[in-house]
Amino acid sequence: MRGYLPDFDVRVPASLGEALALLAQAPGTLTPLAGGTDLMVVYNAGRLKPTRFLDLSRIDELRGIREAAGAMTFGALSTFTDLRECAAVHRHFPNLVKSARATGALAIQNRGTLGGNIANASPAADTPPSLLAYGAEVELLSVRGSRRVAYDRFHLGYKVMDLAPDELVAAIHVPLPTGRGFHYFRKVGTRQAQAISKVCLAAWARVEGGVVADLRIGLGSVAPAPIRARHAEAVLLGQALATLPIEAAQAALLEDISPIGDIRATARYRSVVTRNVLGHMLRELATL
Amino acid sequence: MLTKNAAGVKARKRLCMTVNGRAVEIEIDIRESLLDVLRDRLQFTGVKQGCSVGECGACTVLIDGTPMNSCIYLAAWAHGKTITTIEGLAQDGLLTPVQEAFVDEGAIQCGFCTPGVVLSTTAMVDSGKSFTHDEVRRELSGHLCRCTGYQKIVDAAERALREAATAADESPV
Ligand SMILES: Cc1cc2nc3c(=O)[nH]c(=O)nc-3n(C[C@H](O)[C@H](O)[C@H](O)COP(=O)(O)OP(=O)(O)OC[C@H]3O[C@@H](n4cnc5c(N)ncnc54)[C@H](O)[C@@H]3O)c2cc1C
Repeated sequence: MRGYLPDFDVRVPASLGEALALLAQAPGTLTPLAGGTDLMVVYNAGRLKPTRFLDLSRIDELRGIREAAGAMTFGALSTFTDLRECAAVHRHFPNLVKSARATGALAIQNRGTLGGNIANASPAADTPPSLLAYGAEVELLSVRGSRRVAYDRFHLGYKVMDLAPDELVAAIHVPLPTGRGFHYFRKVGTRQAQAISKVCLAAWARVEGGVVADLRIGLGSVAPAPIRARHAEAVLLGQALATLPIEAAQAALLEDISPIGDIRATARYRSVVTRNVLGHMLRELATL
Repeated sequence: MLTKNAAGVKARKRLCMTVNGRAVEIEIDIRESLLDVLRDRLQFTGVKQGCSVGECGACTVLIDGTPMNSCIYLAAWAHGKTITTIEGLAQDGLLTPVQEAFVDEGAIQCGFCTPGVVLSTTAMVDSGKSFTHDEVRRELSGHLCRCTGYQKIVDAAERALREAATAADESPV
């Protein structure tokens, strides 16, 4: 049963300004609470360390999906269902729709947020690989002001982020892909729903004149945090689709990943399957 | 009962919500989940406690028409919202078409998962959208059933969706 916390407290600011002011009062003592689909699980298990929360659910400024100036902006409180149901997301970012669909099951998708998926900083989260593939930026807000961090530099290690204790993840900006694009997303889990990834790979490529002109590959569950497959990308950039160096890319991928063995999969399984998924992705790319 | 926590903060809150069409006002502890309040305080025991971590779907209720896992949903979040539990579906002893479909297809065995699945199916029917077979399976994939093997549950959901679509076609515009 639940381990009721004696000094549990939830502050419910009605505006973003109020929320940031509360966070600034005593940085690090209030833990943001969005949909609660990560925090409430730990809470119910009696394993939650923080006891004082900042409930973001009333802050409308953190909601909504908007398109402007060649990018799409997702408020941190956008739910997986919001992503699934937005036509523009389907059009520009099919990998994000697939990530959202692959997350938990419907009731989790109705409640869990994009900001929470990022800030929970699980290496196995399912939207990060897609956000990495699309070159997303994270907008962070505090009373000190706003700043933007490239998402591929946001996670610094296991559950370590470029996020100060007085900052909130306010929004995620994703540039609209241009040119002839290739989108690929594959999550490998025990079942299609309600399973945490053993391996997750998302990729986006721009093809020009039969050549890989631009490419980003995001990976989940194979390192202490979501990562870009930079070595594999380097091998593939500038290569002709007709002669993609698939095996060389697979070999380079091993320098990108550092999988561990845990209850979900062994390290060897993760490394073999990541290679195989990359091979599958590249054979699909070759037929574009 | 605790009224202030160790930090001297008020740990109780007045919660106003609508449950199954009735306005409810109740004092809650801010640590309580919606599941606790619905089941233990308001006696809506059709809301089942299964895994307590959002995985099994037995505690599913509709919040403003949307399926949510009440076990990982703070009761305080329900303030001002409209909640539907399984007790809110049948009116005057008359089952809803979704409930009828579950009975007709024999989609109920022990019954523990049934309230949740019926509510999720009700949300699908109420959305007015159409769903392919695979989509129905995906929509219901957050409900664990240890008896039926799921086939009859999916059959019942598809029957309910089919019948609702037919009824909509036949209704005068
Ligand atoms: C049954 C089940 C299945 C799941 N399956 C998956 C899955 O398949 N894939 C997957 O990726 N995840 C899965 N999850 C995890 C979870 O649903 C997601 O990580 C979700 O995105 C968390 O969002 P939330 O709003 O509920 O976060 P919360 O629980 O509210 O918060 C999570 C963390 O993020 C912080 N946080 C939240 N918002 C902000 C913000 N704006 N600024 C700063 N910090 C913030 C919180 O302080 C906390 O540390 C599952 C969870 C459950 C219960």
